[in-house]
Amino acid sequence: MKVFFKKFVADYGMVFVLLLLCAFFSVVTISDQSPTGEAAAAQVAADAKALGPAPLVLIVVGDQPDDAAFAAMLEKDLAALGARVAGVAKGEPKDARAELEGIAASGEKLDAIACTKSAGTWLLFADLKTDFPSLGSPRLLAPHSYRWPNFLKSENLLNIANQIAVIAIIAIGMTLVIITGGIDLSVGSLLALSAVLAARFIRDFAGGVNASAGGMLLACLAAILACGAAGAFSGLMITRFHIPPFIVTLAMMLVGSGLAYTLAGGQSIYQLPDSFIWLGRGADFFGLPNAVVLMLVLYAAAHVLMSRMKLGRYIYSVGGNSEAARLSGVPVRRVLMIAYIVSALLAGLGGVIMASQLKSGSATYGNMYELYVIAAVVVGGASLSGGMGKMPGTLIGAFTIAVIQNGMNLTNVESYTQKVVLGLVILGAVLLDKIRHAR
Amino acid sequence: MKRSAPLLEMRGVVKSFPGVQALRGVNLTLGAGEVLALLGENGAGKSTLMKVLGGAHVADEGRIEIEGQAITLGTPLESREAGVSVIYQEFNLIPELTAVENIFLGKETTRGGFIDRKKERQRARELFQRLGTEVDLEAPCRSLTTAQQQLVEIAKALAFDARIIVMDEPSAALTSHEVARLFAIIRELKSQALGIIYITHRLDEVFAIADRVSILRDGSNVAERPVDQITRREMIEMMVGRELKDEFPPRQFNPGKIRLEVKGLCRERAVRNVSFNVRSGEILGLAGLVGAGRTETVRLIFGADAREAGEIRLDGNLLAIRSPSDAIGAGIGLLTEDRKLQGLVLPHSVLENFGLPNLERLSRHGFVQSRQEREEFGNYVNVLGIRIPHQEQPAVHLSGGNQQKVVLAKWLARNCEVLIFDEPTRGIDAGAKYEIYRLMNDLAARGKAVIMISSELPELIGMADRILVMHDGRITGEIADARGSTQEEIMQMAVA
Repeated sequence: MKVFFKKFVADYGMVFVLLLLCAFFSVVTISDQSPTGEAAAAQVAADAKALGPAPLVLIVVGDQPDDAAFAAMLEKDLAALGARVAGVAKGEPKDARAELEGIAASGEKLDAIACTKSAGTWLLFADLKTDFPSLGSPRLLAPHSYRWPNFLKSENLLNIANQIAVIAIIAIGMTLVIITGGIDLSVGSLLALSAVLAARFIRDFAGGVNASAGGMLLACLAAILACGAAGAFSGLMITRFHIPPFIVTLAMMLVGSGLAYTLAGGQSIYQLPDSFIWLGRGADFFGLPNAVVLMLVLYAAAHVLMSRMKLGRYIYSVGGNSEAARLSGVPVRRVLMIAYIVSALLAGLGGVIMASQLKSGSATYGNMYELYVIAAVVVGGASLSGGMGKMPGTLIGAFTIAVIQNGMNLTNVESYTQKVVLGLVILGAVLLDKIRHAR
Repeated sequence: MKRSAPLLEMRGVVKSFPGVQALRGVNLTLGAGEVLALLGENGAGKSTLMKVLGGAHVADEGRIEIEGQAITLGTPLESREAGVSVIYQEFNLIPELTAVENIFLGKETTRGGFIDRKKERQRARELFQRLGTEVDLEAPCRSLTTAQQQLVEIAKALAFDARIIVMDEPSAALTSHEVARLFAIIRELKSQALGIIYITHRLDEVFAIADRVSILRDGSNVAERPVDQITRREMIEMMVGRELKDEFPPRQFNPGKIRLEVKGLCRERAVRNVSFNVRSGEILGLAGLVGAGRTETVRLIFGADAREAGEIRLDGNLLAIRSPSDAIGAGIGLLTEDRKLQGLVLPHSVLENFGLPNLERLSRHGFVQSRQEREEFGNYVNVLGIRIPHQEQPAVHLSGGNQQKVVLAKWLARNCEVLIFDEPTRGIDAGAKYEIYRLMNDLAARGKAVIMISSELPELIGMADRILVMHDGRITGEIADARGSTQEEIMQMAVA
C-alpha cells in the first residue's frame, strides 16, 4: 500500500496541485446560490403548503430562460395543493404591478406572491402595504438561497471538462511524441486545417445544411485522415532525413495554417446542418458532454497502450535511448512514424470537435493551441528529453490549465493578466516536479 | 603545525544515499610524490570517495586535511582551489572547443576583458612540455584520440595548479602503447611532487605504477600496503572478500560444425574484406588495438551499420541482415561495448530493459504478458545473481557488473544462436567477471557460437579457444590454440 502510494505520488504528484487549485477557487467563489427553474418551483410550492386552505397566489417571474419553466411548474404544483392562482406575471415589475392592480380591483385578499429569487427583490413588493392596502398582507414566497462555490456548480465543472476536451485529446498525441523525445508544433494548425476541411467537405460534397449523418461522418473522417497524412509526411522527414522534429513540425505548422486560410478563403464556413453540433455540444451519456466522453475513452485507450502494450514499451524505449532500443531490435523509425501520425490524427479529431462546438469551420481555430497542449503534457510530468511521461499525468495537466483559466474567469481576472498567471503556474508546476524528483 | 603532514589525509569519511551507506568511515592518506592505487569491486565506494574529494558529493561526516590544513569541500570549485583535480572516466571536455580553450575554461587569461589567446597558447605549450608530450592545440577536442583527450585533462589539472590528481580508470579506453606513455607521464608528475590517486581494475597496472595500494570493500577500508608487500591474488581476495580459486573458470572445448560464417565483410576503411567462421561450442576471440575494426566488424554482422559487401551465413543459410531487428530475428545477439549508451535504456526499469528484445515473444495481440515477463526475468535474476531490490529498479543506479548481467539476461532470454560479447567485462569487478566467464562457457557448451572482443589480452587468452587478430580493418593473424599463446605473440600481429 505504502509502495503504491509512493509510486502514485511520484507519477501523479500534480494531482495534489490540481486539487489545491480546485479548493482555492472553491473558497474564493463561494456565493449565494438560489435554485432556479423546476427545482425552485418545488421548493416554493412546499412553502406554500403553510398558507392554509385554498390560498390565492400570484406568480411573478422575470424574463430569464429558466423563469418560464419555474412559472409553469409552480402553477401545476400550486393547483395540486388546492391553491388558487390569481395570475402569472412575466417580465418586468410593471407587468407584476398590472396584475396586482387587477386583483386589487377585484377586491379579493391576496395570500401570497410566489416569485423567483430575483423578482423577489423588486422594490414594488416593499411598498405593497401602502400601494395596495386592499390586498391585505400577502406573504412573499421566494426560493431559499444557500451558499455554495460557483466553481463547484455541476454546470461549471462540466463546462471546464468541455472546454479542455479538445486540448486534452490533442495532448494524448503530443504525449506520445514527447515521450519519444520529439515535439510536434503543428497540432494547432492541423486543428484549423481539419476544421476547415471538414466544414468544406460537408458544404461542398455532403449537401451543406441538409447533410446526412453518414455524409458528415465521411467528411469528418476525410478531414482527420488528411491531417494524418500531414503527420506521416512530418514523420518521414524526421526518420528518413534526420531533420530535427522541431524544424519539421514548425514548417508543417506554417504549411497547415496557410492551407487552412487558403481553403477557407479567409472566411468561416458555417453552412452546416444543426445536427452537426452533436459531437461538440450534445450530452448523451449520463449528462456528460459527448466530447468529454470521447476524451475519457481515448485516455483510457492511450493509458492501456502505454502501460500494457508492446508498442507502448517501444515508444518509451525509443525516447529513453533510441540507440539501445535499435540495438535491441526495436523498429525505431516505425515507432516514430506512428507517434507523429497519431499526434496529427488527434489534432484532426480536435479540429472536428471544435468545428462541431462552434458549428462552423475557420482557419483561426487552434491559434497557440500547440503551446497549451505542450504545457499540459509538461505540467503532467512528461520530460521533454524523452522516455518519461504518463497518460493520466497529461490529463491532470490539461485539467490543471483548464481549472486555472476557469477559476480566473469566475473571479473576473482580466484576460491579459490570466496569461501572466498561467505562464507562471506552468513554470511553477514543472519546478515543483523537478524539486520532488531531485530529492 | 610544523611536522611534515601528508599531502592529503581523509579521516572517517561517511556518506550515505537513500537506502545505501556508500562510505562507512573511510581513511585515506596520500604523500607528495606518491602514486596510490585505489582498488575495490564496483560499489565498494571508490567513486563515491573520489567524488567527495572532488567536491561532487558532500560527505556526511569526516575530516579532510591537505598538508595539515583542515578544509571543507562542498563544491567542485572549492576542491579545485584546494589543489584537487579529478579526471573522471567520462572526460569533462567540451568537444567543440580546442585543447587550449578547454584547458583554460573557467580560468581564462584575459587582457582588458579580452582573451589573450597568444599567452594561453604559450602556457598550454609549456604545460605539455612539462608532460613531455605534444597535442594539436588548435583542433577541436572531439577530433583528438581518447589518449590525447586524457592528456588535455591532465594539462588542465596542471593549469589549475593541482597537487593531487585523481585518475578514475584512466587506462580503460587506451591501447597498451598509450598506457605505457600514460605511465611515463605519471612518473613525471610524481617527480614534480604531485600526489596521484589511481583507480583501476587492471591489477597488472598496479604493480607497474603504484607505490602503495589501498583496498576498499563495502564502503570500508580493507587494507593499505606498499605494493611490494602484496600479491595479485591477495589483492583480488581482499577486494572480493573471499578466497578466489582461479580467474577463469575451467571448461571443455568440444568444437562442432561451423555455425556462423562471415565472408568478405567490407565497410569503408574500418572493415576490409573480413572473413571468418565460428563453430558450435567455440569461443572465438577478436584481438587488436582500439580502432582496429573489431567492434566495427561485429556491428556489421549485427546489422547495426550497413555493410558495403559481404555475406553472413548461419548454419549454411544466407542471412539478409539489414537492421539489428533482422539479426535478432535470425538469432544473433550483441552485447555492446558501451552498456550505458547502447546496451540499456538507463532511466527505465531493469524489467523493461530485459523485456525489450523479447517483446515479440512475450506479447499476445500487442499486449505484453507481464506475468510471464516477470517470471522469466525473476529466473534470470536468480540464475545470474543480479542484485536488485525489485524489478522496477531503474537500470541507471546499478553497478557495472549488475548492469552487464541485465544486458546478458535480455539476450539469454532471446535464446540466440550466436552471441557476440564486445568488451564484456569492462569496468566490472572480479567477482562479476568470473560469473560472466562462466556464463560464456555455458553458452558454448550448449552449442552456441560465441564471439568475444576484449582489449585485455590475458582475458582473451584465458577464455577464447581461437583468436583472430585485427589491424587497420583487416584480419592480420590467427592463433588456433589460444591457451598456448602469449601476449607478445598477439601484440606482434596487432601492431603489424
